[in-house]
Amino acid sequence: MQMLMNPVDARPLIESAARRVIAHAEELTRLDQAIGDGDHGLNMKRGFEAVLNELDSLDGDDTGALLIAVGKTLVMKIGGASGPLYGTLFMQLGKSWPNEPSAIGLHACVDAAVQAVAARGKSQPGQKTMLDVWVPVNALIAQGANCGAIRAKAAASAQATIPMEALRGRASFLKERSIGHMDPGARSSQLIIEAVCDVLEESE
Amino acid sequence: MSNVGIVIVSHSPDVAKGAADMVRQMVGRGVPLAWTGGNPEGGLGTSVEGILAAIDSAWSDAGVAILVDLGGAETNSEMAIEMLPAEQQRKVVICDAPVVEGAVMAATEAWGGSDLATVKRTAEELNREPD
Repeated sequence: MQMLMNPVDARPLIESAARRVIAHAEELTRLDQAIGDGDHGLNMKRGFEAVLNELDSLDGDDTGALLIAVGKTLVMKIGGASGPLYGTLFMQLGKSWPNEPSAIGLHACVDAAVQAVAARGKSQPGQKTMLDVWVPVNALIAQGANCGAIRAKAAASAQATIPMEALRGRASFLKERSIGHMDPGARSSQLIIEAVCDVLEESE
Repeated sequence: MSNVGIVIVSHSPDVAKGAADMVRQMVGRGVPLAWTGGNPEGGLGTSVEGILAAIDSAWSDAGVAILVDLGGAETNSEMAIEMLPAEQQRKVVICDAPVVEGAVMAATEAWGGSDLATVKRTAEELNREPD
């Protein structure tokens, strides 16, 4: 995360995240077919393709405004519950983006975004959702952890949703039959975090 | 028109349109009515863009009551409301009621000239446990 402490053009990070999600669309769809309505991959692909299409036309100097613009596109294009959830995540990251980046500033920013997602989804950690990845990852960011540690935590946190019973979203209709499958939103969150870490590590 | 408007949001355009047909059969043109369903590519799903257009289409100064089917329809509707200008936001509510029955009940109440809170309450009475 060191790289984020200096002014950085966030567009390569967003592009990396978008390409990673698009490349894994079929996997996300398979995960969602197991315990949901099977549209997560296609929806995320549609949303992040729209982000890629507009990325060059956005101002890279104002990270906050850039993240808000990306969030708005995701809200409009993803559809399904993931649209408002990922849209809220990016828009709140943009609104709370620290003027003087630091590990604590970044943690506060991600914290505000995760709280906003929790409010939007009326959810909390432990309910087999994307929050089960973002909350533990953000705890590491607060400690100034490096990308390797963050990537490992994101992967382990997504895996940890497998034995959980879903309490929110379409998967909750399955009750205990939702146990044994990874949450698609946790997986897509892991993919985004990994893709951002990859770019940050390359530039370190 | 001063009657409360009704918006129907379903993952399926067929369900949304069918529910709207049932409302029309009951109240004719007596209430502003709009429906939306399907994702931006025409598949099953809901979209903020579609919901905003439906709210606009069914707009009434007395307010708009939204009926939704499953989770994403509600989350997208909440998002759409937040994207409205502040003075409009106060006049839009989501009813916690079954989409078809709720729409017909809400529209019938609205047709009688009831205010937004009454329309919402009437739709939500469908969820009350029988005494």
